Amino acid sequence: MKTQARPNIGSYEERLKGFSWSAAESELGYTPGADINIAWYCTDRICQQGKGGKTALLWEGLGGVEKRYTFDDLRLASNTIASFLQGLGIAPEERVCLFMDRIPELYLGFLGALKAGAVVQPLFSAFGDESLLVRLENAQTKAILTTRKHVGKVRKIREKLPCLKHIIVVDDDGRKALQEREVAFSLARSKPVEDFKAAATKAESPSVLHYTSGTTGMPKGVRHVHYSLVSQYLTAKWVLDLREDDVYWCTADPGWVTGTSYGIIGPWSQGITQCVLDVGFTAEAWYRFIQKRRVTVWYSAPTAIRALMKAGEEIVKKHDLSSLRHLVSVGEPLNAEAVVWSERVFGLPFHDSYWQTETGSIMITNFPGVKIKPGSMCKPFPGITAALLDMATFEPFHESGKVGLIAIKPGWPAMLRGYWNNQEAFEKKFKNGWYLTGDRATLDQDGYFWFVGRDDDVINTAGHLVSPFEVESALLEHPAVAESAVVSKPDEINMEVVKAFVTLKAGFAESDDLKLEIMNFIRKKLSPLAMPTEIEFIAQLPKTRSGKIMRRMLKAKEWGQEIGDTSTLEND
Amino acid sequence: MATTDEIRDIVLKYVKDEYLEDEDQEVGYETPLISGGIVDSFSMVSLKRFVENKYKVQIPEDKATPEAFDTVTRIAALVQAFLEKKA
Repeated sequence: MKTQARPNIGSYEERLKGFSWSAAESELGYTPGADINIAWYCTDRICQQGKGGKTALLWEGLGGVEKRYTFDDLRLASNTIASFLQGLGIAPEERVCLFMDRIPELYLGFLGALKAGAVVQPLFSAFGDESLLVRLENAQTKAILTTRKHVGKVRKIREKLPCLKHIIVVDDDGRKALQEREVAFSLARSKPVEDFKAAATKAESPSVLHYTSGTTGMPKGVRHVHYSLVSQYLTAKWVLDLREDDVYWCTADPGWVTGTSYGIIGPWSQGITQCVLDVGFTAEAWYRFIQKRRVTVWYSAPTAIRALMKAGEEIVKKHDLSSLRHLVSVGEPLNAEAVVWSERVFGLPFHDSYWQTETGSIMITNFPGVKIKPGSMCKPFPGITAALLDMATFEPFHESGKVGLIAIKPGWPAMLRGYWNNQEAFEKKFKNGWYLTGDRATLDQDGYFWFVGRDDDVINTAGHLVSPFEVESALLEHPAVAESAVVSKPDEINMEVVKAFVTLKAGFAESDDLKLEIMNFIRKKLSPLAMPTEIEFIAQLPKTRSGKIMRRMLKAKEWGQEIGDTSTLEND
Repeated sequence: MATTDEIRDIVLKYVKDEYLEDEDQEVGYETPLISGGIVDSFSMVSLKRFVENKYKVQIPEDKATPEAFDTVTRIAALVQAFLEKKA
């Protein structure tokens, strides 16, 4: 195992004593009540500290194409984008969607939109047109920044989106005529805007709108505010242990919360160099990238780690990964085997971190320098009061080994401030003064948290939440599908995958080709993540006497669990 | 039994029809599909299912790696190997 310098957090126990977020505010030079704009903190402030010439982003795309941006480049590019958006008439707090692959414009557009005072709505570029539609409709999005590759999906739905006034194509090459509401924007061809006053946003001004899925209903827009910076900054410093000379790699896509909280805000608010690899996953490509960029801190996901484990250890030996000094994982529970494996092959354990789109920043985590119990989430971040609640009474308990609901006392800087246009769903997330995560865990005698599972039917596949309801609704739009029930199924790499039970309409025959057709239908309509990897045709779905589909029963079968009480079944 | 060339053409057409989002993007036998971001790891499941259905073969998970599915040529070679094993 590699020896480590004293971590930024120092002593975890000492940090707990008298902790206050004001320490982070002071480090950031923020005074309560003053303006706080995340983009300004990630660009102008770093330049004012004399680090304008420092590399901020090392980007690599298909075919080994590379781009490098300094913090001064970030400042100018975000000024230019902000100025362009204001020129289009984007008003403060209007929603601007980012819908593109992990190209530099995604990162720069994020900062530019925030500087303009807009609320940024990043959406995963693999979303199909239906997934895109419901999210843009819900947010009443005014503008979308996208690329030629993805603009086709926007064109399919724009007639249903009267609020969407501007479709901004950031890589238009002039070869094809733009269509209605479309406008070309090129950073390379734009005159850099040297001076731009970042919107005077305040602590509670909305900043980012990430969408997440629940068991029922449509996806919910999680509303964050500019003050989230305070906890994203400090957790990046103490958990990711980022330091001045680090080369940091966050493998998450900014279409999801990790990719913005820790793929943009956390590192850049500290003036840290980060790198981005915008190519599909292969073990060879990832190890080559770490070697080439001399990555020191690596924030990744259990699914990727398990895929690397599957690729074997021989490939690791072919690369020089000696630059790595700290590894952290997020998105789903990190299995003990992965921690043990990484310690053996990299000489470093992966540190599991637990948080959610709603929490905005890391809540419970393994800290550098604190003993890791492989498979455990470890302990709450200083300033975070986390507890397990009894599942019937919603009262906290300390009994070790008993399963309870993970709950957090509201009040940390990055906590969601609401769900967009859905106050009812927001209120349901709180009980007895606690924020309910929807996850279950146990505590051990040392106060370590151990993840057990979700408290609902939401599917966590490769760290992304998929709503069974959303998939079921989309399945019903396929001409052959009469009814469907969607559940999670265990998977060695992705932890869970989507499985659909389907009954067919009269006139349709079961076949492997029809299964594939349905899979592709969902992949294109929603996203590859939501695509059922298995479809099972059944004659009838199990239902309660009142006609509700018994998803629980189907799920239990997939997980090899007891089916439980079936006394209310229609088909028993 | 289908030849490798025939398999290549059918797989290439399927990739173009099913996975290309950018209509201007050119895809050939050697274009990186997985590492090139054209087919992500989830979508690879449907591509695997397509060749299995089409050629009535079962490709075990340990053979269906991102590397083995990274180009049309490699996919065709993989399918061909299983067809020969079956014959």
